[in-house]
Amino acid sequence: MIESHALADAVMALLLITNLLLLGFGYLNACVRAVALQGLVVGLLPLIMGGGSPLWRVAALTAVGMGIKGVVFPRMLSKLLRDVEVRREVEPFVGHGLSIALGVGAMGFSLWVSSKLGPLVAARNAWMISAGLATLLVGLFLIVSRRKAVSQVLGYIVLENGVYTFGLATVGHVPLLVELGVLMDAFVAVFIMSIAAYHISREFNHMDVDLLDKLRD
Amino acid sequence: MTWAASLLLSPLMLSIIARTKAFFAGRRGPPMLQPYRDLAKLLGKGAVYSRTTTWIFRAGPLVGLAAVLCAAALVPMGRIPAALSFPGDLVVFAYLLALARFAAVLAALDTGSAFEGMGASRETFFSALAEPALLFALAALCRLAGDWSLTGVLGNISGEDWLTHGPAILMAAGALFIVLLAENSRIPVDDPDTHLELTMIHEVMVLDHGGPDLAFILYGAALKLWTFAALLASLFTPPEGTALWVQAAGFLGCMAAASIAVGVVESVMARLRLSRVPMLLAGACALSMLALAGTLR
Repeated sequence: MIESHALADAVMALLLITNLLLLGFGYLNACVRAVALQGLVVGLLPLIMGGGSPLWRVAALTAVGMGIKGVVFPRMLSKLLRDVEVRREVEPFVGHGLSIALGVGAMGFSLWVSSKLGPLVAARNAWMISAGLATLLVGLFLIVSRRKAVSQVLGYIVLENGVYTFGLATVGHVPLLVELGVLMDAFVAVFIMSIAAYHISREFNHMDVDLLDKLRD
Repeated sequence: MTWAASLLLSPLMLSIIARTKAFFAGRRGPPMLQPYRDLAKLLGKGAVYSRTTTWIFRAGPLVGLAAVLCAAALVPMGRIPAALSFPGDLVVFAYLLALARFAAVLAALDTGSAFEGMGASRETFFSALAEPALLFALAALCRLAGDWSLTGVLGNISGEDWLTHGPAILMAAGALFIVLLAENSRIPVDDPDTHLELTMIHEVMVLDHGGPDLAFILYGAALKLWTFAALLASLFTPPEGTALWVQAAGFLGCMAAASIAVGVVESVMARLRLSRVPMLLAGACALSMLALAGTLR
C-alpha cells in the first residue's frame, strides 16, 4: 500500500512540475514536449488508482490514454508547428515569471480548496484532487494568457488532463465506455482545433488570436 | 573530522568537474592536483592594490573566506555529524554565505570600476532569488526530519522517509541542485571560464584581486561548492547503522557524483540568456515550495 501511495505522489509531483514547465518555457516546441510528458503521466493514473477493477480494463484505459495524450496529440501539434512557419516563441500576455508565481498560487489555492472539501473525499485523495484542480486552473490560464493559437490547443489539453485527474480522484470508477467517449471527444476537439489553427495561419500568415477581431474579407 | 575533510578535499571537486568537461571535449584535462598547485602559486605571489581602493577592498577576500569557513563547519557528511551544530544553524548557514557574498560585492564596488559594479548588481539579484529556494528546500527537509539543525536534519532522513515522501525529497534535492549551480556561478547561470566582461557575473567581481587575495577567493569558492554539494550528497548517503567507513565512502562517492553531474550539465548545456535566469530560479523556488507542500501531509 505504501508503495502505490508513493507512486501516486510521484505522479502528482510530475503533473505539477509539468504545469510549471509549461508556464515557464519560452518556445512552443518545448511546451509541446512538456504536454507530451504530462499526457504520459496522466495516462498512467488509471493503473495506479484502479484497485479493484479488472486488469484488462485498466490496461486498455492506460494504453489508450497514454497513446492519445502522450503520443498522438504531441505528434499532431509538432506537425502543425512544422507546417505553419510562424515564429516559435510563445509570446505570452503575462510574463513568464509572473505566470510561474500564479501557477504556484493556483497550487496553494487548490490545496486550500481540497482541504475544505472535508468528508466529500477520502483523505488519501485530497492531494490528487488538489493536483487535478491546479492543472485545471493552469490550463485555463494558458488559454487566456497566450497569443498563439497553438497555445490555446495546449491549454485545452492541459485543462482536459486536469478534469480527468479530478474526476478519477473524486469518482474513482467511471464506466469504460464513458472514459473512452471522453477521450474520443478530446481527440476530435484537438484535431479540429489544429486544422483551424493551420487554416488561420495559411490565410493570414500568423496565428495571433489577439488580432482575430480585426479579420475581414 | 568533517570540517578537516571539507578543507582538504574541496579543491578536488573543481578538478573532477574540469576532468568531466575535458572528457566531453575529447581532451585529457588537467591533473587532479592542479587546483592545489594554483592555490600554492597564488599564495607565493605578492599583491598589488590600486590607489583608489580602501581597506574594504583588502578586507573583502578575508571576510569572505572566514564566513565560508564557518559555514563549512556547520555542514555534516551525511550521518557523520558536523564540527558545529545547534538548533537553527541552517539559517546561520544561509546567512554566513550571504555575508561572504556581501563582502565580495563591497570589495568589487570599492574598486570604482563600472564592470565590477555591473557584476555585483547581477550577483545580488540572482542570489536574492536563489535564497528563498534554498530556505524552502531546507524547511521541507526540516519538516520531514523534525529537527532544526543541519546535522539533525540530514542525519535523520531514513529509508522510511524515502518510501513515504520520496517525491518531496527528490524535489527538494532538485531545487538544491539548481541553487548549487546558481550560487557557485556555474553554467547555465554563469560561466566560470569566460572572461567576456559583458556577460560575466561572479568572475567580474574578482578581476582586480591578485596574489594571496585571489587564492583566498578561489579557495572560498571551492569550499562553497563543497558545502552545497554536501547538503545534496547527504540526502543520498547509506542508511543508519552501517560502519563509519561505509558512511564516509558513500558520502564521498555521492560528492564525486555531484561534481560529475555539475560537469555534465556544463558540457551539455549552453548558458542561459541573462533575462531567462530569473525564470530558472523562480522554477527552483516553485519546486522547493512544492516539496514543502508535499511534506505537509
